[in-house]
Amino acid sequence: MSDFKPIIALSGVQKHYGAYHALRGIDLTIGAGEFFSLLGPSGCGKTTLLRTIAGFEDVSAGCVSIAGVDMEGVPANRRPTNMVFQSYAIFPHLSVAQNVGFGLRRSKMPRADKARAVDEALAMVGLAGYGARSATALSGGQRQRVALARALILKPKVLLLDEPLSALDKKMREQMQSELRRLQRQVGITFILVTHDQEEALIMSDRIAVMFEGEIAQLATPQMLYRRPLSRRVGAFIGMMNFLPADVRAVDGDTITVEIAGLGRCMIDAEQAPAGAGIGTASVGIRPEMLAIAFGPVGANERSINGMVAEVNYYGDMTFYDIAIPGMSAPIAVSMKNMPGRPVLDRGDAASVIWDPRALVLFMD
Amino acid sequence: MKARGLRAYVWVYLIFLYAPIVLLPLFAFNSGSVIAFPLADFTTKWFVELSRISALHAAVRTSLFIAVVSAVLATTLGVFAAMASTRARFPGQRGIMGFIMLPLVLPEIIVAVALLVVILRLGLGTGTWAVIAGHVLICTPFTIAILRAAFASLDASLEEAAQDLGESRLATFRLVTLPLVIPGIISALLISFTISMDEFIIAFFLTGTEPTLPVYLWSMLRFPQQLPAVMALGTILVVLSVLLITVAEYFRRRGIARAGGQDSGGFL
Amino acid sequence: MSIGAGLQRKLRSKSGAGLLLISPPALYAAALLAVPLGAVLIMSFWTQTGIRDFDMTLTLAHYREAFADPLYRQLLLRSLGIAGAVTVVTVVLAFPVAYFVSFHVAPNRKALWIFLITIPFWTSYLIRVFLWKVILGFNGVVNSGLQGIGLIDEPLSFLLYNVNAVVITLAHAYAPFAILPIYVALEKIDRSLLEAAQDLGENAVMRFLRVTLPLALPGVLAAILIVFIPTIGDYVTPRLVGGPDGLMIANMIHTLFLRLNNAPLGAALSVIAMITVAIAALALMLLTRWITTGGKR
Repeated sequence: MSDFKPIIALSGVQKHYGAYHALRGIDLTIGAGEFFSLLGPSGCGKTTLLRTIAGFEDVSAGCVSIAGVDMEGVPANRRPTNMVFQSYAIFPHLSVAQNVGFGLRRSKMPRADKARAVDEALAMVGLAGYGARSATALSGGQRQRVALARALILKPKVLLLDEPLSALDKKMREQMQSELRRLQRQVGITFILVTHDQEEALIMSDRIAVMFEGEIAQLATPQMLYRRPLSRRVGAFIGMMNFLPADVRAVDGDTITVEIAGLGRCMIDAEQAPAGAGIGTASVGIRPEMLAIAFGPVGANERSINGMVAEVNYYGDMTFYDIAIPGMSAPIAVSMKNMPGRPVLDRGDAASVIWDPRALVLFMD
Repeated sequence: MKARGLRAYVWVYLIFLYAPIVLLPLFAFNSGSVIAFPLADFTTKWFVELSRISALHAAVRTSLFIAVVSAVLATTLGVFAAMASTRARFPGQRGIMGFIMLPLVLPEIIVAVALLVVILRLGLGTGTWAVIAGHVLICTPFTIAILRAAFASLDASLEEAAQDLGESRLATFRLVTLPLVIPGIISALLISFTISMDEFIIAFFLTGTEPTLPVYLWSMLRFPQQLPAVMALGTILVVLSVLLITVAEYFRRRGIARAGGQDSGGFL
Repeated sequence: MSIGAGLQRKLRSKSGAGLLLISPPALYAAALLAVPLGAVLIMSFWTQTGIRDFDMTLTLAHYREAFADPLYRQLLLRSLGIAGAVTVVTVVLAFPVAYFVSFHVAPNRKALWIFLITIPFWTSYLIRVFLWKVILGFNGVVNSGLQGIGLIDEPLSFLLYNVNAVVITLAHAYAPFAILPIYVALEKIDRSLLEAAQDLGENAVMRFLRVTLPLALPGVLAAILIVFIPTIGDYVTPRLVGGPDGLMIANMIHTLFLRLNNAPLGAALSVIAMITVAIAALALMLLTRWITTGGKR
């Protein structure tokens, strides 16, 4: 993002329900035109956070500002945000066109203009001609598009989406993911998406805030989140990761020497470790696709370790192997693309695992 | 084979349930002046006689007035209570709601006696408004039950969506909540109306010089020669009740379907 | 944040809005239920000296009279007995009907059946009781019918104006009250539980006894409550079909209030009736809770 203009700023936002802390101090800035995701397991507070931005929940402490204006005391119906609800909240007693045009009732547009805006909004979400239909006669995917059209027609500064795809089946979900991205680029406004599906967040977002238990654990681009998780928890939540116990032997400027159970000693760059990493017990993470099984001779500069196939999981495009390696308490997961000429191993086969120190991530927790 | 025995039992049961009511038209059109078999000739004279009793007409008017006022008041209170219990949390909720629903499990004579005591002590008169007060008390739990189901089958995010799209709380109620709840409201009105029209014991205790229809009916029961007319009146009342309840049920189902909910099969 | 904004936020909050909404019905119930019930309680300790005059010195004399005088004691016991008999008869007869509709009727017809079963409930209670008087009377429908087809020569006199007539009439009137709660409880039973029981080897009778009946018990207990409570305080039925031996406590309360000008004694009897009802209700609710939590404390 070349010029980052903040559109949403949260500082010190907290939310308590009696003794239960749903949000424990959220500081966050979201830029205009960003596709931003709040990602986390259920109960982490992401929906609560979305609702405080929308105005359906008051904050117990802290400040929410949208486009530079403090939203304290501003009710939901006066905020420059619009929301797509998880259940879509399509008004069953109105037609599709009446649903989409619902928010225009209070505007002073002449009726012909309103009708045109409704038609354009429906065309934008691929439902041209559906205006006269009853809202109860729609499929799940169609309802979702009506909810989108209804929100976007009001040209909000920020569109909030509360797990919009969780009720759809897999194929529909994948289709809607690319549709939402396309829509966001076309319309150019800020989207804030709440989801528990990390794949979804990675595919669609410019930046992601990973939340656990009411706090932001890490805020980064999808790439940074995937390649450099700051904590074991984030590393385990996004994609799959092998965790190995390790010891930090020396810290020398930009280079850190680690001793890893089963793999041996190696040196890693300081940027592969959290700030303030020091000598002592630690753990390293390495993603299954960063490991490889040697199907030919191992190169001179490559490091490899011998082991045995404990389990084979065939996925069609990939095969995931669990390789038992002496010195490791649990097998390590290695994923290999299935290619012509490359065999799929069996349980009990011997296998050499090739690994690269540059793929390691150090965790001090 | 077990089902067949059970089915036979249920049919016998239903016959037992409906049998007394079936007698009404049977003897309403019977020219004999004693309610007994064998039947005599067909006649409509008892209905004609009914139309001549002016005291009866006055009682009908009184009952109608009381029923309409009670229905409106009970339904209004029911809307408040249903909204409070489905849309909000407030301290002491279970206790307060339990107390409001108490008349459902109190024998009606207790309610009648209690109201009578208060009215006597405060020097207020018995009469139409006292009866209305009592009827509103016993009808409100029913309206609450119906309206709670109607409000609960409304997705709460529909109201939030309306606000998100710019409408105030009041406008949301008018544009979204009310249209979806109207069938439930109509059903509640009809139920309260029917309960009030048929209610006897509270009216018996609290009515003054203007008896309600059931109270007047009670006085008719003392005179054997009036019994066939009672049968005719009973026939009319039963037909009207059944019609009203069918309409109420229709609206109750329509309300649930309109809001996209599931029918649990009854008021309770 | 100013006080006004704070108050606004309180009112906009869910609990503030809830209290505001519940206040009209709550206040109405407080004024027209709590206060009158309290008044009845207080009046039961007074003595009536004239048509509208009362001696307000507190006394337990009426309660003593209610328990000591055999007339009232007998009346109370009879009311309890009748209500108990009606409850047993009604609930036992209702269970198979509820079971039939829940298990042997197509799902899209169930609401219709329930509707048909409850229609008689919505017709005038007075009329229905009066019809029973007509049916059971000396020259009534049953007698004239049986005589007409020659089954009997003399009319049967034991049908009317006694406790039997009261029980029959009340059982008829309260039948739908019993069917509905049992039906609701039966509907809630997950059918796959019965399939599992069958898979584990139980026949139909055992499945009913070991799965269906225990799970339906809360509904049965609710039905018992729903029938027992209004029945014990019924006025119309004992008055019309009970004769001198079939009168119940509500009739005596009415007489004391409106004929004998002894409101305090009537109030005392009302209080006793209310307490009886409350004890029965509490006992049944505790029983329900004990059963549904698996019989453990």
